[in-house]
Amino acid sequence: MTAAPVIDIANLDLVFQTNDGPVQALKDVNLTIGKGDFVSFIGPSGCGKTTLLRCIAALETPTSGRLTVCGISADEARKARSYGYVFQAAGLYPWRTIAGNIRLPLEIMGYTRAEQQERVQKVLSLVELEAFGRKYPWQLSGGMQQRASIARALAFDADILLMDEPFGALDEIVRDHLNEELLKLWRRTQKTIAFVTHSIPEAVYLSTKIVVMSPRPGRIAEVIESPLPRGDRPLSIRESREFLDIAHRVREGLRAGHAYD
Amino acid sequence: MPMIERFRTLAAILTVVAVIVVVWYVFAVVLNSRWEYDQAARAGVQIGLPELIERTLAQDRPMLPTPHQVLAGLWEGVTRYAPTSRRSLVYHAGVTLSATLAGFALGAAAGLLLAVGIMHSRAMDMSVMPWAIASQTIPILAIAPMVIVVLASLGIKGLLPKALIAAYLSFFPVLVGMVKGLRAPDGMQLDLLRTWNASRATTLFKLRLPASLPYLFASLKVGIASALVGTIVAELPAGATVGLGARLLSGSYYGQTIQIWSALFAAAILAAVLVAAVGAVERLVLKRMGLAR
Repeated sequence: MTAAPVIDIANLDLVFQTNDGPVQALKDVNLTIGKGDFVSFIGPSGCGKTTLLRCIAALETPTSGRLTVCGISADEARKARSYGYVFQAAGLYPWRTIAGNIRLPLEIMGYTRAEQQERVQKVLSLVELEAFGRKYPWQLSGGMQQRASIARALAFDADILLMDEPFGALDEIVRDHLNEELLKLWRRTQKTIAFVTHSIPEAVYLSTKIVVMSPRPGRIAEVIESPLPRGDRPLSIRESREFLDIAHRVREGLRAGHAYD
Repeated sequence: MPMIERFRTLAAILTVVAVIVVVWYVFAVVLNSRWEYDQAARAGVQIGLPELIERTLAQDRPMLPTPHQVLAGLWEGVTRYAPTSRRSLVYHAGVTLSATLAGFALGAAAGLLLAVGIMHSRAMDMSVMPWAIASQTIPILAIAPMVIVVLASLGIKGLLPKALIAAYLSFFPVLVGMVKGLRAPDGMQLDLLRTWNASRATTLFKLRLPASLPYLFASLKVGIASALVGTIVAELPAGATVGLGARLLSGSYYGQTIQIWSALFAAAILAAVLVAAVGAVERLVLKRMGLAR
């Protein structure tokens, strides 16, 4: 990457003050994410991968270090509405239809009615839920609800998509399908995506860059640049030699970081 | 619900009602018999059981009126006089209803505003909540006469003092329910709004208020019943002459037990209608919001 990084993190530390004393959640994190990268954060629970994502979104404030997003601070980027955040649960409002839920951030950001309508239609077709705009969330399956929440994050042209184990609560069949869909979406929209997961195949399949993290204190153990093609990645790529090699490297990285202790 | 199940439910309800009515009649005979025995002793005659039962169920001022006497009293109070007459129960119920609704509106609005304040300000949480709880530990019977008398000395009479007592009772359930309801959205929902840089007002109107509606309606049902109790209590002191509370009081002055019981039942029916009305609004609103399945 020759262009300036979209996300630039240097010497970042985060210490939580708890009743049992201070807890080092993140220690000396250094990372750059380029425009259009698909970066996965992988590691066992407690390694700080979600916390790091929350730091990028300015939902947590680092204790020390530098974190810039497109040259400005994370909080300024949040105020400039640079982030589309997708949580593990879809978190759709049960009193709004699917279209109503996707419209919510647009209403808050003051888009005109006509523009809201147009954007809702656009992202609904992007996640292939055109026929479900008028349905309520409870009328949709878990996978469809999660697609709707991705559509909601895409509706307002955020530069960066932050996804915190978005498919963690879904079964493997649905997850495989949504992984494929997400890759297509990423190629079409050219977004920068930061993706937290605890599934090695998911991380390897999706990413251009895999950040292996380890716990106590949360830190980056290894950063693996994926040699897999950025373009077309069919599901069958998972049986290829290259894929298995990267998965092996990720597993070694986790082991070296004492992730299995 | 299938037919057979409906029938069973109905049968169960009717059985309970029948048991209550039978027990009531037995008590009426027992409680009213003393007077009949006294009367018989004074006249120097003996009365047999059939005669005793017949007389105890048809006294003018019984210790405990029978169900059919209460029903007759209610029927007479509702149908015999024009609704504008002071002898009509409809008139008195109307007076009580207007003060109840005014007090309920005041109380619900106060409870809602205080809850919003408490949710947004820690200082308000710590300063208002203890007073709100303390306010409900004071017996309303003790405070109502003082409020009525003080306001009357300031020249404020009629609906407003009663509505204030009703509001005093009904704001509390709304406050407690709404503090809980407004805090119902979880951290994820709030984080999501934060990533969109939503203001506090936006968070309140788009997320917290809609999410709190089920809590609101549960509180409103308790609140409207409390408002009715507050109004009736406020009608007792200082010689109020109209309203269901005044009917209760004048009935007890003159030993008109049937009048007391009729007014009691009128109040109970009014309360049931009010709670059912809130329930109907709840179903309508939740259905429109797509929350009813």
